[in-house]
Amino acid sequence: MTGEQIAQKAATQRQVFPRPRRGDKVKSAGFYVLMLLALAAAMVALATLLIDVWGDGSSKLSSDLINNQPSKINPESSGLHSALLGTLYLMAICAVFVIPLGVATAVYLEEYADRTKWFNRIIELNIQNLAAVPSVVYGILGLAYIVRDGLSLGSTIVAGGLTLGLLVLPVVIIVSREAIRAVPPSIREGALALGATKWQTIWKQVLPGSIAGIATGVILALSRAIGETAPLLLLGAAVSSRIDPTLDNAVINALPLQIFNWSKDSDTAHFLPLAAAAIIVLMALLLLMNSIAIYLRNRYEQKW
Amino acid sequence: MAATVTAASPGASGGGGRGISLVRTRTRRTVGEGVVRAILLAAAALSVLTTTLIVLSLLRETISFFGDVSLSDYLFGTKWTPLLSSAQQSFNVWPLLFATFYITAIALVVALPLGILCAIYLAEYAGRRTRKIIKPVLEVLAGVPTIVFGYFALAFFTPEILKPLLGSGVGTNNQLAAGIIVGLLVLPTIASVAEDSMSAVPQSLREGAFGLGANRMQVSLRVILPAALSGVVAAVVLGASRAFGETVVILLAAGNGQLLPKGPVTNPLEPAGNMAAFIAGTAGGDIGQGSIEYKTIFTIGFTLFVVTLILNAVAIRLVNKYRQVYE
Repeated sequence: MTGEQIAQKAATQRQVFPRPRRGDKVKSAGFYVLMLLALAAAMVALATLLIDVWGDGSSKLSSDLINNQPSKINPESSGLHSALLGTLYLMAICAVFVIPLGVATAVYLEEYADRTKWFNRIIELNIQNLAAVPSVVYGILGLAYIVRDGLSLGSTIVAGGLTLGLLVLPVVIIVSREAIRAVPPSIREGALALGATKWQTIWKQVLPGSIAGIATGVILALSRAIGETAPLLLLGAAVSSRIDPTLDNAVINALPLQIFNWSKDSDTAHFLPLAAAAIIVLMALLLLMNSIAIYLRNRYEQKW
Repeated sequence: MAATVTAASPGASGGGGRGISLVRTRTRRTVGEGVVRAILLAAAALSVLTTTLIVLSLLRETISFFGDVSLSDYLFGTKWTPLLSSAQQSFNVWPLLFATFYITAIALVVALPLGILCAIYLAEYAGRRTRKIIKPVLEVLAGVPTIVFGYFALAFFTPEILKPLLGSGVGTNNQLAAGIIVGLLVLPTIASVAEDSMSAVPQSLREGAFGLGANRMQVSLRVILPAALSGVVAAVVLGASRAFGETVVILLAAGNGQLLPKGPVTNPLEPAGNMAAFIAGTAGGDIGQGSIEYKTIFTIGFTLFVVTLILNAVAIRLVNKYRQVYE
């Protein structure tokens, strides 16, 4: 039975909606209260999370936190310089890798691909399935083919950025496709009628028209990438680093990794506040990126 | 073979009598177009390559693993101690698989009723202003990194809530805390996606039901919920598959799943880990390439990958079964 049939049956059968009884009002009120309770429980729990993190970590927020390197010996003055730098590196590498690739794939699927061809259907199916693969499996892929065999980049920040790039590639493709699809066909037809080639039409008309949607999607994908911990745990970053990552040294550190290392330290009294402070820095970064995304969406969104 | 049409169009071109070819000849323009198309196709093909590489990387070590451990040993039995010295080493995956499903189940017990109730409230009861505030908040919360939830479970939920409530039986690492917090983690996703599908139910269905004398609760539960079932199922499966593959929350709050010698851990207050936590927690150590421990990580990864794909396929089938097309 499809949903429509169920709904129709429900809407037409008499016994489904019996004559209003006295108990109905009580039941309705009970249901209403239940819903409000559910919403309140969800909101309170999530608010508690944010308040707890702020309460634990706010005392650690200082210039030391940004400027100093992580330290096992001096938790008082320990900072997260290498982690913050690592996260910025990861974001940049990920962006350089994933933007051209993701947008190109989206353009191909929306503008060129003939959906009746088998290889195009395989590509589509693949992207759907890739989005469902747990992030830790991407870590295994990164370990096997980016760190060791294949590209053999070693445990470098570039390997980390590429792994995270593969992880968010489906997201970038999906949002870019939506943005490209939102450009009305009349724009393309107009350009083609004026003698532009297909690629000229895409480059001069379709992409500029969808840039706001693509940029928003890319920023959201990058903010997902820099919040990921699991894939990085696999790439061989076991200890928190006192050395800044560069493009070719074997150092991977990032805010989520640093938070993870501090959280599981047995000296909880000293290191949990540091973890909370690192969470605040990470969340501030994410909030900034989300605000930029919202600004871009409002400022450059095209109305057709 | 060029089909050429001679079009006399004095009005348009002014000159008239010039032949216009309808078939493009090979020029630099068309060759350039072909190159662009090829580049774009190559980019799209990379997604296929990624999947192939995932499967290859997992499969290579998995096959090698089953050279050392028999398949029946892996699937049947209740002792999971892959990291102990060789005399006590045992590779029965069942306890690990059990913990994965168990924690997912706890998460769904929390997230399913709360998420769907929130979705019904937002779609059917809340005023426009309330929805305009709560919907974006939910979307932002759905983007909070999972490590934050892991920290919260470990630093606040277990010591401040569970221990005072349930007494000394609660371990620092326990499945209950991990399950509840993962439930909290997937709740915004479930609520948001389910709300989208309920809001998409046409107004005429609501009006029809109200016209037949139903009250708001009856409309919500007996008309809107069934009509939006495919979207609600999709939301729940999305949440379940996120819970299933969740790593850091489990690793911090429930344990790394490296030592489950006594079979499935059914006491939610005791530690255990899921498959993803085992992979991340074990690979973070210094494990030699080619060792049996290393191969175990890939075998568990392969198991996780296969189970996730099966869940995904079931989800797509369910969604199609209850798919609802309104004009």
